[in-house]
Amino acid sequence: MRAEAVTRRDFLKGGTALVIGFTLPLDMACQSDSRPPANPLNAWVKIAPDNSVTLMLAKCEIGQGIMTTLPMVLAEEADVDWNSVRVVHADLDPTMYDMGTGGSGSTTAQFTPMRQAGAAARQMLLAAAAQRWNVPRESCRTSKGVVYSGSQKAAYGELAEAASKLPVPDLKSVPLKNPSEFAYIGKPLPRLEIPSKCDGSAQFGLDVRVPGMVRAVIARCPYYGGKLKSFDASKAKAIPGVIAVIEVPEVRQAHTRAGVAVVAENTWAAMRGRDALVVSWDGAKPEDTTETLRQRMIALADQPGKVIRDEGNASDVIAKSSKKLEAVYETPFLAHATMEPMNCTVKVSSDGAEIWAPTQSPEWIAGAVAQATGLSPRSIVGHTTLSGGGFGRRYQLDFAVEAALVSKAIGKPVQVVWTREDDMRFDFYRQLTYHKMTAALDEQNRPVAWHHRLVSSSIREFWGGKPEGQEIEGTDLPYSIPNVRLEYAPVPTSIPRAWWRSVANSFNAFVVQSFIDELAHAANQDPVAFRLSLLASTRPPKTASDEPMFESERMRTVMNVAAKRGEWDKSLPKGRARGFAAHYSFNTYVAEVAEVSVENNNLQVHRVTCAVDCGRAVNPDGVKAQMEGGIIYGLSAALSGEITVKDGAVEQSNFDDYPIARIFEAPETEVIVIASDKPPTGCGEPGVPPIAPAVTNAIFAATGQRVRRLPIRLG
Amino acid sequence: MSPIALNVNGKAQSVDADPQTPLLWVIRDNLNLTGTKFGCGRGFCAACTVHVNGRATRSCITPVSTVQGKQVTTIEGLSPDGAHLSAVQQAWIAEQVPQCGYCQSGFIMAAADLLARKPQPTEDDINEALSGNLCRCGTYVRIRHAIHRAAEIKRAESVSHRKGELA
Repeated sequence: MRAEAVTRRDFLKGGTALVIGFTLPLDMACQSDSRPPANPLNAWVKIAPDNSVTLMLAKCEIGQGIMTTLPMVLAEEADVDWNSVRVVHADLDPTMYDMGTGGSGSTTAQFTPMRQAGAAARQMLLAAAAQRWNVPRESCRTSKGVVYSGSQKAAYGELAEAASKLPVPDLKSVPLKNPSEFAYIGKPLPRLEIPSKCDGSAQFGLDVRVPGMVRAVIARCPYYGGKLKSFDASKAKAIPGVIAVIEVPEVRQAHTRAGVAVVAENTWAAMRGRDALVVSWDGAKPEDTTETLRQRMIALADQPGKVIRDEGNASDVIAKSSKKLEAVYETPFLAHATMEPMNCTVKVSSDGAEIWAPTQSPEWIAGAVAQATGLSPRSIVGHTTLSGGGFGRRYQLDFAVEAALVSKAIGKPVQVVWTREDDMRFDFYRQLTYHKMTAALDEQNRPVAWHHRLVSSSIREFWGGKPEGQEIEGTDLPYSIPNVRLEYAPVPTSIPRAWWRSVANSFNAFVVQSFIDELAHAANQDPVAFRLSLLASTRPPKTASDEPMFESERMRTVMNVAAKRGEWDKSLPKGRARGFAAHYSFNTYVAEVAEVSVENNNLQVHRVTCAVDCGRAVNPDGVKAQMEGGIIYGLSAALSGEITVKDGAVEQSNFDDYPIARIFEAPETEVIVIASDKPPTGCGEPGVPPIAPAVTNAIFAATGQRVRRLPIRLG
Repeated sequence: MSPIALNVNGKAQSVDADPQTPLLWVIRDNLNLTGTKFGCGRGFCAACTVHVNGRATRSCITPVSTVQGKQVTTIEGLSPDGAHLSAVQQAWIAEQVPQCGYCQSGFIMAAADLLARKPQPTEDDINEALSGNLCRCGTYVRIRHAIHRAAEIKRAESVSHRKGELA
């Protein structure tokens, strides 16, 4: 077994392979490039004799619209009628699919394979028609699910069975459509699953109903790594509907907590039962508080960290400069707070397990459930439901492993339900970070040196790998500055942390795009013109050999378009101002202009203009939605997102003490998608990073107050 | 525990539940109407919004005993005739509002209540009526547009309805 077999290549970026203790058998979990090609008429395009077409989605729909995007690509090349297709989540099958959904990578990675699969399916249908009519294949053509040759025609449904038995064409050489002939790709098509989300019929994780199913709510140790000392279940068992109260052992590899599950006939009884539990926890309570962590970060930032990047001699140049700037930036722990709290439904029997999960990682949770229950990985059947938000949180294994353990213990299918409080307190948080920034301008007010010393609660220190592995993305400023130094130091903590929408880009863009704004103001230059004048052609450097090269002209374009459409040059009434930020992440170029007002220290963000170049936009309206959503997600964090810690436990519990943006805080937003024929790049995350600095730069322009610590507190 | 008599989506129902059970869990667990969502359990997010006698109500903090004898409507019962989508639902699809979609039942129910009271809501009306509803995917801008569109659809429907009556 190879641990790396089911890891996602997106997660390899910037560090060593993510070590996960759970694997599927080698033959079930090959890398996609070594996996034998699946028969596209079995794996991807299923055509029934009645001509109904089912397209398989082998990624997880978490709100990003992938359930429409990838099927559009398949339908395009297979030449099926979009109006007649249905799309379903594929069930777990690692021999055919790689369903892990993260790193804004689904469309980027699947665009060409889906084209090839669709094209191969079409070729097989053409071949079947040619055989049936005994005509040359070249005489056959397709149009929207029908094959024609001369006066003969046959619907795909008539040909599918014969076609599926023909050899699969070589996927690398199968002829693909000329993009100028695209009928679906590039068109803003309505999302297929949206109607079901407007009439209550969409099925999320909590909507799973399995015959004989019970519910469970778990009391967990408030601090990571703690043990169960004792519990008294008598009052819980007295609640009508409560069936059982059982210990749930900690599974360290899945980062679950020690816990006690209250199993009941219905969710409310399970919740009441848990309220009635008396539990005590044992173990060394961590002493971490947010403030002690902060003090340790301040001390670490006083010392040189590990040198990650060193060009020229930034320290000397800054020391000798007569025009230097110094600033400290800080960002807090953040929770994902998906609207659907974590949950999972599992049925464990003696010979296998069936999982129904709102997840971003069907293969990983299957491997984790197999290991936690001692069942063969081959005996795991996995169903992916719609997810009520993901944002990285649903890449975790904890909720599935808990449900499997409870189901195994009680011998019934169980739905483990997390309350909002559970979801808030037992998250894997965005890193806490501290940045000491110094820079120098020369006599002509050009930046000549940039020194970024970054301290954070490293994701990789929690998961294994190089500590800086997932902390430095987004520090690579795309500007020509001759002397640049980046140092990194991790601050140890027991608080679990992991990938939060756009990961390190979310805080590094805030720091870089704020500090460059400080330099522009110090140089007495327009912040947009200043950035444009510095745009370099070669930064950031590539982090993987198959990654596209950063193209400064594409960055220049989004910056110019956002500035123009956001009316950067137009004056505003007193108290109102605009701020600008641009950031490259997930191979996508995004620039945002925020227009804000500040009155009596009350901030209102009125308007945001966003320009994005994500290569070829498969569904441009979907790209817009992702940018709109990324802006609100990032704005929410900037305005009020903050998780604090005391005695190793998270202090926040619900939306009253962890507020997220509401409708009256949402700015009117315009998104401009730059037309491009370059390969598609990420969209789920790149809208997030620029918004916080665009807003805080606007606050500076409006008030002269420089916000260097998030969330924003004015006054 | 004596059975509790309810009227949900025009249908008389009898459920065995503790009278203090939040209406949300009776709807979801006893009646298996899963379109109404659990988000926070404390009335902070309004994903659980249903109509009680036509008014938007947070079902997660409404004891089931308090709605006996009242008309409860969930997202599944919002369609005026069971066959056609309501104006709000049509507008939501036309504006492509949902992303993950989890909060949208609650928004749609709140918007339907708003439009019943204020057929031509202002931005302030929308902000006020929907300030309790949370969307984590950030669909707020499209929600605003969809409410204005729903108002237009309702106006057009009532005009054609009146024309139909005249004919």
